[in-house]
Amino acid sequence: MSNYELMVIFTPVLSEEEYKSTQKKYEDLVKDTGGEVLSTKPWGLKSLAYAVAKKTTGLYWVMEYSAPTSFNEKLKIQLLREESVMRHMFTVLDKYAVEYNAKKRSGVHSGTQKAGA
Amino acid sequence: MAKANEIKYLTAIKAEKRPKKYCRFKKMGIRYIDYKDGDFLKKFLNEQGKLLPRRITGNSLKFQRKVSEAVKKARQMAILPYVTDLLK
Repeated sequence: MSNYELMVIFTPVLSEEEYKSTQKKYEDLVKDTGGEVLSTKPWGLKSLAYAVAKKTTGLYWVMEYSAPTSFNEKLKIQLLREESVMRHMFTVLDKYAVEYNAKKRSGVHSGTQKAGA
Repeated sequence: MAKANEIKYLTAIKAEKRPKKYCRFKKMGIRYIDYKDGDFLKKFLNEQGKLLPRRITGNSLKFQRKVSEAVKKARQMAILPYVTDLLK
């Protein structure tokens, strides 16, 4: 078990409901395999820095979770199959990243991550 | 005779001493660099969206590496552009 962060860019043509249901699907997938969803954050529609799949905007979604290492490969297959996913990225979180995310979630505002003064 | 043209001062001129560069991550105690924070990462890029060298930013090697990893991740996820003009 270790902590991961998944960032997904969905196509902007997705309706609000589809956007939510797909998020739910992946959250359930994590839970079903014995993982734990620590937080999810839909960023909503955001303009991209460059065109991806001929689209200039995308629906961002970030999920932080802990799961067995073998789970990521399964999740990756699901993501690649999904047509509404333009891009996705996994990040392995080290202890500092977990700390930073936890702090950010609890509402301590820091322009950019400032460890306890 | 190049020596004849050399200017000689009676008193030593005071060269302006530049403040020493420092690694802002070390100084502020920042341990993790978030790739999701595009605006913060822009501080380490030039106008074309290229990474600035350590020579200019003053980052320590450890954190320069982390910055570059974060920037590369942000580029992949279209948070930062790979190439542009007038980023700032």
